Amino acid sequence: MSRVRVLVGTRKGAFVLTSDGTRKRWKVSGPHFAGWEIYHVKGSPVDPNRIYASQTSAWFGQIIQRSDDGGKTWQPPGTKPEDLMGPDGMPKGESNMFVYDGVPGTHQWYDGTQHPWEFKRVWHLEPSLTDPDTVYAGVEDAALFRTTDGGKSWHELSGLRKHDTGPKWQPGAGGMCLHTILLDPGNPKRMSIAISAAGAFRTDDGGTTWKPINRGLHSQYIPDPNAEVGHCVHRIAMHPSRSNVLFMQKHWDVMRSDDAGDSWREVSGNLPSDFGFPIDVHAHEPETIYVVPIKSDSEHYPPKGRLRVYRSRTGGNEWEALTKGLPQRNCYVNVLRDAMSVDSLEPCGIYFGTTGGQVYASADTGDSWKPIVRDLPAVLSVEVQTLP
Amino acid sequence: MIRVVLPPHLRTLARVDGEVQLDVEGPATQRSVLDTIEARYPMLRGTMRDHVTQLRRPLVRFFACGDDISHAPPDAPLPDAVAKGSEPFIIIGAIAGG
Repeated sequence: MSRVRVLVGTRKGAFVLTSDGTRKRWKVSGPHFAGWEIYHVKGSPVDPNRIYASQTSAWFGQIIQRSDDGGKTWQPPGTKPEDLMGPDGMPKGESNMFVYDGVPGTHQWYDGTQHPWEFKRVWHLEPSLTDPDTVYAGVEDAALFRTTDGGKSWHELSGLRKHDTGPKWQPGAGGMCLHTILLDPGNPKRMSIAISAAGAFRTDDGGTTWKPINRGLHSQYIPDPNAEVGHCVHRIAMHPSRSNVLFMQKHWDVMRSDDAGDSWREVSGNLPSDFGFPIDVHAHEPETIYVVPIKSDSEHYPPKGRLRVYRSRTGGNEWEALTKGLPQRNCYVNVLRDAMSVDSLEPCGIYFGTTGGQVYASADTGDSWKPIVRDLPAVLSVEVQTLP
Repeated sequence: MIRVVLPPHLRTLARVDGEVQLDVEGPATQRSVLDTIEARYPMLRGTMRDHVTQLRRPLVRFFACGDDISHAPPDAPLPDAVAKGSEPFIIIGAIAGG
C-alpha cells in the first residue's frame, strides 16, 4: 500500500508525519532542528528519501539541512570531511552561503527610499524534477539561487534580480521574499516565480532572462493601475499536466491565467473574502482548486472565526465551503502561503497547517477533515510526499 | 589551548557537548579563534559572522573574563587568561525576541 509523508516546517522546528494510504493513523517525528524557524521542507520528486530543509534564525542566520533517509537523520551538506574540500584540506562548508552575484544594488524600502539588497533567509526550496542534487532556493531579499551539488554550494541566477524593474521592488509586511517557484515538467527551461511584493515573473531560458507576468493584476494601493511590478502576489499554483494554467492568490483577489501568466483574470467569484495566502490544485483534477480565505489584510483570521477551506471545481468563480471537521467557532488562526499541499493518492488528500499549530488532513478531496496534530508550534510550511 | 563556549543552538549544530578546546595558530584574537572554530566545524560558518563581511552578527556577542568584548577590533589580542586557557572565550546569542 502507498504511504504518505507530510513535511512540516514550524517556528520552532520541523516535524515529519507519516501514514499509510488510509491516512488514518499517523506517526509524528520531531521536532528536528528544535528551536529554529524552519521555513520550508521539501523532498526530491526523483529520490523521495532526499529531503532539503531551510533552517533559519535571526540570531544565527541560514542553515541548509539535507536528509538522505527520508527525514530520519539530517546533515548540513558539504560539512563532512569526505565532502567538498578546499585547498587547505578542510571542508568548505558553503552550504549556508547565499551571496548575491556582483554588487547587489538597492530596492525600494517601505518608506519609498532605496535600501541595499540584504540576504536574510531562504523562504522556499524547490527540488528539480529530474535531478536530486539540483534545488532552487527562493530567498529574502528576493532572489533565486540554485545548487547542483546537493546543497553543498549555492549560486545566484542573477538575471532575475538584475531585471530592469529590480529597484522598484519593495517588501511586503513579511519581507521581500521569493516564496514560490514553479517548474514546468514539460519544459525544463520554463520557471515561474512569485515575490512579495514585486509580483510574478517567468523565465523561458532556464533562468538567464525573466519577464514580469502581472498583466491583468489590479492592486488598489499602487497608483499606476497598469503597473508592471509592485503587486503583492501571495502564491501561485499549477497542475503539472497543464503548465499554461496558473492560479494565484494575491493580496486581495484570486486570479487565473490560461497563458502561462501573460494575462490574468479574477476568479474570486462567491468567496466570502478573496484575501488569503495559500492556493493549491487537486492532484488529479486540474480545474479543482483550494484556498483558505481570511478576513482582510489587517485581520488575518477566518471570517467570523470559522475555519473553512474553499474548493472550486470549475477553476474558480464558483466556490463551496468545506467545513466538516474544521472548527466553526472561535477559530482565529491563519494558514500561511506555503502551508498547504496535496498528495497524489486516490482520492486526493489535502493538507494544511495553521499558525495555531494544527495540521489538518482530508483523505477525500476536502469533503471532511481531521487534525493530524493539534499543538505544534506555528506552522510555516506543509509539503506532502506520496510514497510507493 | 583556547577554551570556547558556544551557545546551545550552535553546540547542537556542531554536535558538541560542553566547551570546545582549540589549538589556535598565532596570537589568540577574535578572528583567529573564530577562524579555527569554523575550520573545524564548517557548519558554523555564517552563524557568528557574516559570510562576506566577516562582521559579527548583530544578535551574537563575545565575552571574555566577564567583559563584553563584542566591539573590540577582531584582531585585538584576547585577554591573557583566555589565551592561556584559564578562562573561556564565550559566544552568546542575544536573549531577545523569544
